[in-house]
Amino acid sequence: MSFPWARQYEPKNGLTKFLDERLPLPRLVYNAVGAGYPVPRNLSYFWNFGVLAGFFLVVQIVTGVVLAMHYAANAQVAFATTEHIMRDVNWGWLMRYAHANGASFFFIVVYLHIFRGLFYSSYKAPREMIWLLGVVIFLLMMATAFMGYVLPWGQMSFWGAKVITGLFGAIPLVGEPIQVWLLGGFAPDNAALNRFFSLHFLLPFVIAGVVILHIWALHIPGSSNPTGVEVKSESDTVPFHPYYTAKDGFGLGIALLLYFAMVFFLPNALGHPDNYIEANPLSTPAHIVPEWYFWPFYAILRAFTVDFFFVPAKLMGVIAMFASILLWFFLPWLDKSPVRSGHYRPLFRKFFWFGLIPAMIVLFICGGAPAEEPYVMLSQIATAYYFLHFLVILPIISSVEKPEPLPYSITEAVLGSDKKVVKGENTSPAV
Amino acid sequence: MTKLLSVRLVAILVGLGFTVAVLWGFLVGAYNAATEEAAGHVPYEHPKELSWSFDGPFGKWDKAQLQRGLKVYDEVCSACHSLKFVAFRDLEQIGYSEAMVKAYAAAKTVPGIDPNTGEASTRPGLPTDYFPSPYPNNVAAAAANNNAIPPDLSLMTKARGDGTNYVASLLMGYQEPSAELLEEHPEAAPGPGLYHNPYFPNLNLAMAPPLTSTGQVTYDDGTEATVEQMSKDVAAFLTWTAEPTLVKRKQTGWPVLIFLLFATVLAYMSKKQIWSAVKPKK
Repeated sequence: MSFPWARQYEPKNGLTKFLDERLPLPRLVYNAVGAGYPVPRNLSYFWNFGVLAGFFLVVQIVTGVVLAMHYAANAQVAFATTEHIMRDVNWGWLMRYAHANGASFFFIVVYLHIFRGLFYSSYKAPREMIWLLGVVIFLLMMATAFMGYVLPWGQMSFWGAKVITGLFGAIPLVGEPIQVWLLGGFAPDNAALNRFFSLHFLLPFVIAGVVILHIWALHIPGSSNPTGVEVKSESDTVPFHPYYTAKDGFGLGIALLLYFAMVFFLPNALGHPDNYIEANPLSTPAHIVPEWYFWPFYAILRAFTVDFFFVPAKLMGVIAMFASILLWFFLPWLDKSPVRSGHYRPLFRKFFWFGLIPAMIVLFICGGAPAEEPYVMLSQIATAYYFLHFLVILPIISSVEKPEPLPYSITEAVLGSDKKVVKGENTSPAV
Repeated sequence: MTKLLSVRLVAILVGLGFTVAVLWGFLVGAYNAATEEAAGHVPYEHPKELSWSFDGPFGKWDKAQLQRGLKVYDEVCSACHSLKFVAFRDLEQIGYSEAMVKAYAAAKTVPGIDPNTGEASTRPGLPTDYFPSPYPNNVAAAAANNNAIPPDLSLMTKARGDGTNYVASLLMGYQEPSAELLEEHPEAAPGPGLYHNPYFPNLNLAMAPPLTSTGQVTYDDGTEATVEQMSKDVAAFLTWTAEPTLVKRKQTGWPVLIFLLFATVLAYMSKKQIWSAVKPKK
């Protein structure tokens, strides 16, 4: 589907005519990211992060495939082959640093993409499916990143694998057999390393598949925009190409500058020194911490310190950690405010900037800190707010809040007036 | 409508459930914090901030220093610590000629196989060999060192926070524990076979002070081998062993960033020009 004014693809020469009648790939590209895809003209730079996430997925697949050519998933030699890549493989150090920091940048852009979605309620009808697929992609990313971090077989790899698979051990009755089944043994060893490598290679292609569905679902209603007012007429949109290819090109330049500054000048800043110590099942690191992008969820896991009636504290933490992400699946049905954009929602906006964002920052800091005071108590307050925000505050404010007046159309929002404006219609919520 | 309302009602109840569970833990924690005295950590010092030739975006190796550091490793550290990820051939990178590397390797004894009998034996090293371990296995290493296995040093400066400064600070940091420290933390007193060092996280280290006197190593370039000088030189050398590509990495970074900066400026200008057609006139 597209808007009726979308430009139509016309094959210009013999080759494109030949292709168009047999395998219309150029038409597909034209309609997906070319001039045939009309996009709201008022997208801010917050709308760059989807393209950037796709870019970093490609970076991860390309560097990862190259690394896999030199890496051996065997507990005896995994650490040594990683060092072999760093020392003896031509440009191996660049591939590995690009891959390790690429994971961090993938998460940075995806977090910004998610926060954009949360602030502008991009999950609301008719875009629920885009959001749901996005949460699936995020879960797959977390699994992939976790297993990738195990592969160098350093201390944090080993102990991280032990802690995370140990979470399944918290399930009553069947927990321990499940943990042994997942690891292929009683502790992380060769069996676990091999299957993690296999899955770490497979899952990015699954992610790529879900990304295709995510983009397909996006092209049905088209992009949302900072006003949250749906596209009404041709003057509300510009063709994706050249307008957004140019804007995304600039955004990509900025992202690459930051990314390569990290890769070449601070490649280990986001990693943990302990992972340069070879895995040793007999020596537990002083503080076991996951990679930075898991810190907020790790903080939620550790925030539950006392048994809750018949539920042990550890199980409660595991349930809460999974719930903290799974609840995103229900957002389209929890937030029923007819207005999408946070710019026109005074109450929502306050809770977003002064509640959710500070809570996430506190959770992030506490997740990376040792499990001691004051971090535990801070993470408990932030965890409480996190659940209150999504499950209690959001449903309530969406029914009590009085939204601010919306512009009649995107055109009016950008130009100050819209020739097609209908008197009296400009205060109605977007539909 | 009632169905949707019930979805939200369930959500509110679940949300309140999580909140109560986590805040319950908060109250218990607050009660414990108020009634129990927190166990204090033994205070340890952060590494000294020293300056290194390879610091910063334009950093370069000081090859003379790396060679001095190799000598310290060779004559002192290598008695107990392996360097298993470094091959003799790698030493060409710190300024030795091929012939010198060959001679250096040949002076080392590495494990081999007797070509006549097939028995395990030893042979002179070749440039392709890696630095040999001082012990045949971990059991022997533990037995010789009061059960503390001396760690491999290849990656040591990357395996510790602020690693280069840490290694140098630790090596020159051995001292007697101060009276105030022992008064406040009696548990910090070094046990048998342990040595006090304020830079080591639990203050007690199984490694005896390895660098103790000026002139312990005789430098070929005439530099005075003070404990401080030797500590710094070997820390620099171990920074090279941990990441031999460090300088190449920084040197590669500059053209990449300059190219990207140029490309990004061009991308910005084209974006601006393309959008000028539809931007509202100010």
